[in-house]
Amino acid sequence: MEETLIMQSQRRKMWSAFARNRTALIGAVVAIIIVLVAVFAPVLSPYDPLAQDSYARLAPSSEAHWLGTDDFGRDILSRIIWGSRVSLIIGISSVLLGLLAGTLLGMIAGYYRGKIETTIMRGIDVLMCFPDLILAIAVTAVLGANLVNLIITIAIVMTPRFARLAHGSLLSIKEREYVVAAQSIGARVPRILRKHVLPNIFGELLVAATLWVGVAIRLEANLAFIGLGVQPPTPTWGNMIREGVDVLINAPGISIYSGLSILVTILAFNMLGDGVRDMIDPRLRGA
Amino acid sequence: MFTYVVRRILQSIPILFVVLTLVFVVVRVLPGDPAVAALGDYASKEAVEALREKMGLNAPLWLQYIRFLGSLARGDLGISAITGYPVAQQVVKVLPHTLELTFCAIVFGYLLGIPLGISSAVKRNTFVDYFNRVFSLLGLSVPAFYLGILLILLFCIQFPLFPVVGAGDFSRPVENLRHLFLPGLTLGLLMTAYVTRMTRSSILDTIREDFVRTAYAKGVAERVVLYKHVLRNAMIPIVTLGGLYAVVLIGSSVMVEIVFSRPGLGKLMVGAIKQRDYTTLQSVMVIYAVIVVMINLAIDLIYGLIDPRIKYD
Repeated sequence: MEETLIMQSQRRKMWSAFARNRTALIGAVVAIIIVLVAVFAPVLSPYDPLAQDSYARLAPSSEAHWLGTDDFGRDILSRIIWGSRVSLIIGISSVLLGLLAGTLLGMIAGYYRGKIETTIMRGIDVLMCFPDLILAIAVTAVLGANLVNLIITIAIVMTPRFARLAHGSLLSIKEREYVVAAQSIGARVPRILRKHVLPNIFGELLVAATLWVGVAIRLEANLAFIGLGVQPPTPTWGNMIREGVDVLINAPGISIYSGLSILVTILAFNMLGDGVRDMIDPRLRGA
Repeated sequence: MFTYVVRRILQSIPILFVVLTLVFVVVRVLPGDPAVAALGDYASKEAVEALREKMGLNAPLWLQYIRFLGSLARGDLGISAITGYPVAQQVVKVLPHTLELTFCAIVFGYLLGIPLGISSAVKRNTFVDYFNRVFSLLGLSVPAFYLGILLILLFCIQFPLFPVVGAGDFSRPVENLRHLFLPGLTLGLLMTAYVTRMTRSSILDTIREDFVRTAYAKGVAERVVLYKHVLRNAMIPIVTLGGLYAVVLIGSSVMVEIVFSRPGLGKLMVGAIKQRDYTTLQSVMVIYAVIVVMINLAIDLIYGLIDPRIKYD
């Protein structure tokens, strides 16, 4: 009973810290709006994002086309709305996949130590010898660029980050009494990891995941801008910026608006991530 | 100290070895035949076969691997089947541009970011702090290529002050600097954002320490506490994380090189992928990895120099 009360009060403190953190609240609200836009894209978008109108090429903002049209006469606003789907799907799924694979690898390495740890962690070190984008470019070149492959590619880039984080956090709690107690009463390894270790390192992983959704979305945009993203005519923000660069002098809006969408989305996730970190880390609460 | 340096260098060797193997494997599993890529889809079977033989692609994989390591050890990066030039020659031509760009960005980032971070931490929760925090959050969020495009719109189209594409000649410093300005500013602003943020949080962490309170309690002047006690200790994570961000920056330099059509390693790599120039791709990946391994090595060595608690034995 007492324990439940303490937990409730802990939770309430965390939420009130979150609610008082204006940056986090704004981030959360904007992120939710973007997710809703992506979900309701068919309802919200005024035109078909692929419909071409050769009479309205590179049209400036007007009542018919709020943000103008591109080189093929396609409505930019509609393309931005539909583009949010690709960015969010890739950003969120690749981070979730990386979180899963990385946490598993990091926990196994940290728990078993010895040769298993050396093998896993040296493998992680090797992957981290490549800057994110270089690794992503190389993996995309091998797998080919489509939605599923891009998710896998970015997940491969994210896995080492999560593995290192999980490994470090696990080492810091491994010798705690509750873990040792579970070991001594004969609990099996999967159970110890799931019931005793994971809940205690999950907060840190969650913060990183929120922040790294932004990194993943940026990585996808980079690949698309290079021409290694989801291929046209599918609207993605990165593709749109690249197409806009060709007509930068006549219609700067195409690149500016699509880039702004990326910026706002990443910003929202970063603000949210910062807020969640303050919420979980009691030292920073109210600071 | 000497033994530590040697040991640390020796530790990098196995990692580098695995990295090279990984690059070798990645390039071998790339879809498509490098010889067909070089000669075109309509080349005769005999021509393709002859080129494969010449490129050593018909040899068993283990022999190719030994040859690959052997040539690297001699500093020979092979000859590009697409351009016909030695890859090493191309790398030597573009590498200084990439190094120049990243070096400028790092220097710019530290020169601007450390004062901003200090002012933010000292004047915490004031307008200065809010402004700096918004600035660094924006810098952490903006994709490098988008910032580059915005700067092009402002400084090349709206106010045509700087050239948009290419890189200057090193023999003409003024022209070189004019070409470097916008790409350097793009990357430098990103670095500034990182440095500001970590300086602020590192100083705020240090200010809470007992030795700072002791210094205040014994009546040391605020300036002295800040510079002698706080900043010296706060520098440790700033340097280590700085190295980490330098690696991020090298990744971003690829995008900056593409936006500004600037010769460099990144542009060479992306061009190689598009043309399926496997020899060049393999070499550029190796060079990137070597740079990162060297940065990590440097951080470890510097770390010991600035943190008196670390002993080299």
